[in-house]
Amino acid sequence: MFGLDRQTRDNIWTLIAAPTIWALHFLLAYGVAAVQCAPNQAIFETITATRWMIAGITVVALALIGLIFLRAYREWKGHGGGTVNDQDTDVARESFLEFSTVLLAGLSFVSVIFVALPALFIADCR
Amino acid sequence: MSDMTSSGSSSASGLRAFLALRRRDPATPPFSDPPPRATQTASHVDQEDPEVRKAQEKRLIWTWDAPKGWRYWSAVNNTEVGLWYTATSFLFMLFAGVLGLMIRAQLAVPENDFLTANFYNQVYTLHGTVMMFLFAVPIFEAVAIIILPQMLGARDLPFPRLSAFGYWCFLIGGVFVCGSIFFDSAPNSGWFMYPPLTTQERFTPGYGADIWLLGLSFIEVASIAAAVELIVGTLKCRPPGMRLNLMPLYAWYVLVVAGMILFAFPPLIAGDILFELERLFNWPFFDPERGGDPMLWQHLFWIFGHPEVYIVFLPAIALLAMIVPTFARRPILGYSWIVLAAVGTGFLSFGLWVHHMFTTGLPAISLGFFSAASEAVAIPTGVQIFVFIATMLTGRVVYKVPMLFVSGALAVFVIGGLTGVMVALAPFDWQAHDTYFVVAHLHYVLIGGMLFPVVAGIYYFWPMLAGKTLSDRLGKIAFWLMFVGFNLGFFPMHFSGLWGMPRRIWTYPEGIGLELPNLLSSIGAFIFAAGVLIVVFDVLRPRSKQPYAPRNVWNAGTLEWLAEEEDKGWGVRSIPIVTSRYPLWDQKNFVEDVDTGRFYLPDAEELKRETIVTGVLDADPVQVLRVPGPTFMTMWAAGFLGAVFIFATFHWWYMTIGAMVLATAAIIVWVWRGTAIIPEKEEKDVGRGLTLPLYVSGPKAVGWWAMFITMVGDGTAFLALIFGYVFYLTIHAEYPPAGANGPGLVWPFVSLVLFAVAWAGAFFARRFNQAGRVSAARGLMVAGALVSLLASAALLWAPYTTGLDPVRHVYDATVWVLVIWTACHAAVGSLMLLYCLARSIFNHLTPKYDADIQNVALYWHFMLATAATTVLVTALFPLAG
Repeated sequence: MFGLDRQTRDNIWTLIAAPTIWALHFLLAYGVAAVQCAPNQAIFETITATRWMIAGITVVALALIGLIFLRAYREWKGHGGGTVNDQDTDVARESFLEFSTVLLAGLSFVSVIFVALPALFIADCR
Repeated sequence: MSDMTSSGSSSASGLRAFLALRRRDPATPPFSDPPPRATQTASHVDQEDPEVRKAQEKRLIWTWDAPKGWRYWSAVNNTEVGLWYTATSFLFMLFAGVLGLMIRAQLAVPENDFLTANFYNQVYTLHGTVMMFLFAVPIFEAVAIIILPQMLGARDLPFPRLSAFGYWCFLIGGVFVCGSIFFDSAPNSGWFMYPPLTTQERFTPGYGADIWLLGLSFIEVASIAAAVELIVGTLKCRPPGMRLNLMPLYAWYVLVVAGMILFAFPPLIAGDILFELERLFNWPFFDPERGGDPMLWQHLFWIFGHPEVYIVFLPAIALLAMIVPTFARRPILGYSWIVLAAVGTGFLSFGLWVHHMFTTGLPAISLGFFSAASEAVAIPTGVQIFVFIATMLTGRVVYKVPMLFVSGALAVFVIGGLTGVMVALAPFDWQAHDTYFVVAHLHYVLIGGMLFPVVAGIYYFWPMLAGKTLSDRLGKIAFWLMFVGFNLGFFPMHFSGLWGMPRRIWTYPEGIGLELPNLLSSIGAFIFAAGVLIVVFDVLRPRSKQPYAPRNVWNAGTLEWLAEEEDKGWGVRSIPIVTSRYPLWDQKNFVEDVDTGRFYLPDAEELKRETIVTGVLDADPVQVLRVPGPTFMTMWAAGFLGAVFIFATFHWWYMTIGAMVLATAAIIVWVWRGTAIIPEKEEKDVGRGLTLPLYVSGPKAVGWWAMFITMVGDGTAFLALIFGYVFYLTIHAEYPPAGANGPGLVWPFVSLVLFAVAWAGAFFARRFNQAGRVSAARGLMVAGALVSLLASAALLWAPYTTGLDPVRHVYDATVWVLVIWTACHAAVGSLMLLYCLARSIFNHLTPKYDADIQNVALYWHFMLATAATTVLVTALFPLAG
């Protein structure tokens, strides 16, 4: 499913893919709310549509980060799941990048949830 | 590489070689008494023969030596430039430290009149500005320029002249900004320069704000230059075999921080441009009466300003990541976790900027996003601290002076981090904002997260730089003075802040409970300063009698400790093959193999400065890079560019334009003489039977990478301007405002078509040149250059014909600034194509050796994207509105 079984060669771009999605999620969530609330009028009106939009962006971001996590996790386990990876081999380099990708995807996942929480609790533009 | 061998030498390449030799090669320094060149290549000599080695060493020393006498200042070696850079930023730090002490002297007692209110404003503004812009960020660049190449076993960074240029920019800009206070005209509105206080002549008369804006913009150029240098250096100049998973953690941090500079500094440059346009020409970007909004400056400043805190903090933590394993006598525990922390912090730090703006009345939901991200960043930051603690716990820690400072750093930083978590909560921040609580917080973070680690780094790396250790006894005294003085000085500020003392006040009344904390703070500050002075004394005291420290005095495991007792200019005797994270610990016979030249490039056969370029992932060798030697040209370029900024400050427009012409000329001469030199042969034997090409172009070349990275930074500045446009769009109900027309559709799209033609000119010039159709390529270069200028003219004509007046309303000003930005870039693109034409005519650019046009074609991709964005945004948005 999702081509997860295919081995990919990791590099610096795959390493930063998950935090990049975090950054895009952050920008979109901030942008959507800013556009809605920017004229600073009608601050007591609820912004349900905006909050749903942020929820939608969040689900997409979490799904993408989840995919990155799963792919990296499976490949990393496939390479033995080592956490030190200090050998001078292609496998160690690959495994290092996969493990680091797993960690970064985890951090990005949690951070996306963090950033989405205000939209769960705040219902208007005050 | 084998295909390069077979292409052989034709009579044409013989002619080229002749032309190349006629000019002085910048890679050969202009020194007297050159030793004889080698007759045999590296793989064909008996490396075990001491006579052979002696001859090699003579050549290497001659080639990499620093110039003598007054010409010393033309040096571009990373060791010289890095040393000047470090020393200069420390001098600025001491200067700003004195300003800090003046603040504390003024605030020691209530109702004090030691300084006048106006001068006090200048003092604290300059204290913050100098500490941040002239010490905290530059010290990262300075230290990285010194130790990164050593750590990577490289002879130098890929663009030594760029480092030197950056240094001279930094020096000129720094002296200009600092010097202003001696003429009582320093900036006096706080280091973040909020408009409208700073934009309106009636509040801030004089040149202070201009000096801040122009002086610092100039220094930001230097920072971006350093970032380009360090990213390319880390990715492409690692020793063969140093795969990504074997890279020293310091290099990971450098990569992350340099990347952050690339995205953080350009928004500030964009903000500076808007700001200066308002101050000099009355364009109303921050003037609410004409549609502007001071909030845009706050956004742009803090999009820079918050990541900057991490740009300051991460490189210092990187020093800890090198020091801790050495003294814990074990490899770092959790290498991947540090990479996670560095990369994760790098990203998250861009989502924090509004936490400096919690009290500006933004909607709670917006504040919530930034508050959440500010809490999330504590996760990777904490991970680093735990990695260090775990490494220390599982090792056998040897407590030397550097470790003392490391422990002090961790203790102080953790307190600052915890108060950071507190002020990241908006409701708490509403209480503490702009009080001494924040002053306490930021000093705990910066001194714990930056100054203590840097001092630890000085004690740790000094033996590598100077060959001699610093005093253990003085180090301990200095540490305790600094540690106790710091806490005594800054801890009470938490209380004075919570009791209501605002930042930046000139004095305070008696009888509201602020006397004691302020007096304690002042005493602590002077004790702290005494500690700093002891470190300075320890570094400067003459030590000619002191014996050299043994090589690798701390018994560390990474490559920088290959440095010999008496430092040699060559960096490393031979460029090693690395198979471990700690080669000095793990690889058998390593030091001897390096010293006897058994690895790569054990010689400078042709007396040229060379280092090895490798691949990004696995550091497989791809090229021998000839790096240019000493020159005064970088100093001229920096001097003229500095003059542009300084003359503009005082509105001396003719001189500004004159300096601009001279600066451009100096840069062209520098680039013409120093880059894309066609080598005398195609490839070179680097030893151990390996032969590498001497010239590569396109995506394999370091120059192409530098262009790419520079343009990413440039694109970020452009996007910050676009952000400005969108920002005004969202805050105005009607945008463009009633009565203003957009720039129309016809001329912008004529311009876009012309830009596409110019882009095609650059693109096909590269293709035709590569295919050997040199005349066609030259024709396209001329055509592209001309069409590019026509395109700019059409773009500028558009808002002119529809009567947009930049002084009338912020809408008009925003369109004009986007259009002018694009036109300036097109002029540069035009100049670049003409440069390629000249290179081609003078045979420095040939179908085979085509780096120049490769890089210019790359520039044009970014140019086209810029033009397209400008046209689409300025021409189409008015239709939607």
